[in-house]
Amino acid sequence: MLTLGPLMLNWEAARRRDFYARIADEAPVGCVHLGEVVCSKRAPFTDRDLPAIAERLRAGGKEVVISTMALVTSKAEMRAVEEMLEAGFLVEANDVSCVHVLAGRPHAIGPLVNVFNEGTLAYLARMGAIRVAPPPEVGIDGLGVFARAEPGVEIEATVFGRLTLSVAARCYHARAYGLHRDNCQFVCAREADGMPVETLDGEAFVVVNGTQTMSHGYAAAIADLPRLREGGVRRFRLMPQDVDMVRIARLFDDALGGRTGTDEAMAQLRAACGEVPFVEGYAHGRPGREWRGQDRLPDRLLH
Amino acid sequence: MTPRYLELVCPAGTPAALRTAVEAGADTVYCGFRDETNARNYPGLNFDREEMAEGIRFAHAHGRHVLVAINTFPRPGQVALWHRAIDDAAALGANAVILADIGLLDYASGHHPGLRLHLSVQAAASNTLSLAFYRERFGIRRAVLPRVLTVKEIGALVERMGVEAEVFAFGSLGTMTEGRCILSSYLTGRSPSSDGVCAPAEHVSLSEEDGEMVMRLGPLTMNRFGRDEPAGYPTPCKARLVARGIPSYLFDEPVGLNMIELLPELKAAGVTALKIEGRQRSRAYVAQVVRAFRATLDALDRDGRAPRIDLSAIAEGSKETLGAYRKGWR
Repeated sequence: MLTLGPLMLNWEAARRRDFYARIADEAPVGCVHLGEVVCSKRAPFTDRDLPAIAERLRAGGKEVVISTMALVTSKAEMRAVEEMLEAGFLVEANDVSCVHVLAGRPHAIGPLVNVFNEGTLAYLARMGAIRVAPPPEVGIDGLGVFARAEPGVEIEATVFGRLTLSVAARCYHARAYGLHRDNCQFVCAREADGMPVETLDGEAFVVVNGTQTMSHGYAAAIADLPRLREGGVRRFRLMPQDVDMVRIARLFDDALGGRTGTDEAMAQLRAACGEVPFVEGYAHGRPGREWRGQDRLPDRLLH
Repeated sequence: MTPRYLELVCPAGTPAALRTAVEAGADTVYCGFRDETNARNYPGLNFDREEMAEGIRFAHAHGRHVLVAINTFPRPGQVALWHRAIDDAAALGANAVILADIGLLDYASGHHPGLRLHLSVQAAASNTLSLAFYRERFGIRRAVLPRVLTVKEIGALVERMGVEAEVFAFGSLGTMTEGRCILSSYLTGRSPSSDGVCAPAEHVSLSEEDGEMVMRLGPLTMNRFGRDEPAGYPTPCKARLVARGIPSYLFDEPVGLNMIELLPELKAAGVTALKIEGRQRSRAYVAQVVRAFRATLDALDRDGRAPRIDLSAIAEGSKETLGAYRKGWR
């Protein structure tokens, strides 16, 4: 089953509505995550059109899950979690505070909760976790360990899009514009796919998205799908980026359905993502920014 | 109400540093075993079982406490190493273990009901709900608070958190939320959460290019500086980077945290313990910082105010900050 993860980027309301309308009608995903994960200052805007977007997605036959904030520090943020529960959604916790609220009820655990081993997974399963999407550092082998340890929990792998590398209280987007978070003027909305950050020598390092840093490249684990499946992974998450996400979802759906081979799927994925590099190191227990995938010309020439 | 005693919790990367900290006036010393079960897993540091036993005997003979940090997150299929560390810390008479992983907290509370549990800053529990989670389910007695809160927020939290609060008072200050940053493994494959190391030394290189010193972590340049410029360590969150065409310390300046001037406020806020960072630092550092804080705390108890002691020479990058403890940092 393909899942569309929460939108981490700050897109304006009209763009969000159009995006999800198209997802509802055309994307072969079974489940869509809504809710503001990154910044409490964005939440009022995200929350305003959430009911309409959720309704549109449900009408399109999608399950809607609400993802919570990554770093809860204020009372307002805690209240927001309660409100989502009251509205009857399945909620995905991205902070332990939310786990505390959700305990005893079926819920999901997102990649920003530190589920690094089967001991933690077992505890969370006893508390009612039915789906767990572990953090990027848990690679393909680790996901297999998880799936075997807790067959009753659906393990979800993030297979497309930028990976969150850090969470902070400080806003680096505001800082790059000479502003503070309290007076940020929502400059994070200016970059639809995040603000690129390079080293002094011009090497691509990360992308800043408000208070989070994210991988400079997209995860693009289309070639890993068979191994993930063999390991017992049952859900595959695509993170919304500034590319044609319907096309991306179709590519992954075709690969999962065996309608395209790995090489063909990889070539099409490469073509769909413009200049953005791919990363895959974490999945294979290597430095996260590495990519040895099949779209790299030197690798092809070696064979 | 008279503010209570502030416990001074000091780092010991080696048995010698433990003795130094105790002699310099630490109430409590924290240390770790020599493997990836602790978040300062650097070569030449930490304690084997015998050294830990001896260190605990020494501290207890002086009426001081020892906390054992087992504050990394076990890797899938490898939890036994971490369980053994908890069993051994309990058997050796540690006054508490400092844990971050939910699975380990579950193990420790189930297998060692008499063992005092402290919540590591690596768990990043920053609000009453997450603290309630760890308190109600595992019986933690103290939490080390993440460095994302202002003094005012700490005060509000202490009133409602139901366990003792320990806060960072001095040392290297990472700008990302503790336990939730994998920039190091993005470049090197090793991170604080799983390996107990950030920017491991074997991935750091320093070279001279065009009259400039170039510092790299893994494949990427973290900083370039002139010969006379003070050089920080190439931790990714202290890198000089380019965004919007402008080079800057985008995440944070290479500065050290020092909130010695806020001690009266933290005491009034109901904080139980002050933590000095730096298990990777020298004995001389431990002696100097612990003495300065001991003198300040004693003066506060005696006179209600303290003289300003200058520690800037040993702070990271020889510069100091109050970090998130003052609003405006965010």
